[in-house]
Amino acid sequence: MIRASQVVKRFGSSDKSVTALDGISIDIEEGEFVSLLGPSGCGKSTFLRCLAGIETATTGSLLIDGKPIDGPPDRLGMAFQRDALLDWFDVLENVLLPADFGGKRKRDYEPRARELLAMVGLKGFVNAYPRALSGGMRQRVAMCRSLLLDPRLILMDEPFGALDALTRDQLNVDLHHLTQQRRMTAVFVTHSISEAVFLSTRVIVFSPRPGRVVADIRIGLPRERRLAVRESKEFGDYTRHIRGLFEKMGLIHD
Amino acid sequence: MIEIPAALWSSFRRSSIPLLGALAFLVIWEIACRLFSIRPILLPSPLMVLHELAASPAWFAEQTIYTVGITLAGFAAAVVFGVLFAILIVEWKLLERLLFPLFVGLNSVPKVALAPLFIIWFGVGDTPKVAIAFLIAVFAVVIDTALGLRSVPPDTIDLARTLRGSRLKVLLRVKLFCAMPHLFAGLKVAMSLALVGAIVGEFVSSQRGLGYVILSAQGMFDTPRVFAAIAILAVVGVALIAAVTVIERLAMPWHHSTERHEHWRITGPK
Repeated sequence: MIRASQVVKRFGSSDKSVTALDGISIDIEEGEFVSLLGPSGCGKSTFLRCLAGIETATTGSLLIDGKPIDGPPDRLGMAFQRDALLDWFDVLENVLLPADFGGKRKRDYEPRARELLAMVGLKGFVNAYPRALSGGMRQRVAMCRSLLLDPRLILMDEPFGALDALTRDQLNVDLHHLTQQRRMTAVFVTHSISEAVFLSTRVIVFSPRPGRVVADIRIGLPRERRLAVRESKEFGDYTRHIRGLFEKMGLIHD
Repeated sequence: MIEIPAALWSSFRRSSIPLLGALAFLVIWEIACRLFSIRPILLPSPLMVLHELAASPAWFAEQTIYTVGITLAGFAAAVVFGVLFAILIVEWKLLERLLFPLFVGLNSVPKVALAPLFIIWFGVGDTPKVAIAFLIAVFAVVIDTALGLRSVPPDTIDLARTLRGSRLKVLLRVKLFCAMPHLFAGLKVAMSLALVGAIVGEFVSSQRGLGYVILSAQGMFDTPRVFAAIAILAVVGVALIAAVTVIERLAMPWHHSTERHEHWRITGPK
């Protein structure tokens, strides 16, 4: 579905440019859940923004369904680090925003919006304003918003980075359920190893800037996952392996 | 002693503090006038001013209504044209480069200097006064609205782009709401400036309004009447700004500056 070959992204003028991505080549199949894992500032968010069509690669080719990306693709859902909820609309209006912006009738999508909100336990907050919600609740609303139009591709840029560990675990479970419910391809940017392994069918490890692909790991855990899977031996093997890669890059010292 | 509910007492204390300051000011003024026997033609005492107001309340009310009418008309025009102009220059960079320097240049001309010109163009009716009030007020509206329209957070801009919303939708659903806190800050400034503009207009040519009252009373050395008009202006100024604040709260029920008041009312003071 996605084919990136030798994608390079530089920022700034030629003499003082900063290379964010240095020859990224990745193929992503339909239905995969791929995590881009790496230290802060390694260019993984930049790569995601290139996929979203809001940043263009300096050189290299980036194809979706064989066509070059020249703007936000069709049926795209996106979630951001800061949830980007609109403070002046209530929760339901926020979730319905993609329908509104897409020129569709909001009333047709209201049942789906309510269903999504109920799935993440926000049934009672449909008419609350975002500022009345906690950080975790806000990210749940943002998740529902990105899923409203049943996207084929969902891109998430460290959506849980600012949350406490407990809330983060719960949202990982919620996200897992939501993405399991409908078939979609997901690309998830994170710097949490266990989050990446828990959610993904595949983890791609980035090096520090300039971003390069260091490892491409298939996660052979069962498709349906519970938090308890994190105590299993296989899970531990994956996280240990990835932590080893980070140690080799000099990112973690013991 | 009578038991006063704590919340009531506290809210009375909060609202009475600004009044207390004004009251102290008036008392000192009154005592100073009596103590030093200041001639009323130089500085009338507050009681004399009150007496002047009480002598012909209906007449003063009529003049006040006229001036407030001019102020509100100028203010309304400034809001409509100011917001439209701000949208135009924010949405079309070319228009900004073309028109904004011209706009700043025109604003640098003292409006008082334009007033006689407006009399030539629009005659001696209400129009030139509304025009002056408009001209003085519009700058604040444009500057603050433009700032507000540009204050959309980067993540929200990215969201709008990935949702492929039309420019009109982005403007109506995102930018205008983002601009509202800035817009209302500008409106408060614009409201007091419109009042200044109305008075300037009445100074230049008028048979009515508080500006006319001040000017004609000064011609007859009727200083208590001048002070009476000034006192009304001060009260009207405060009331008009308060009205904008009330509208601000009603227009932005989601905003934190309104939320805190709600919260306070429910839980009461600590």
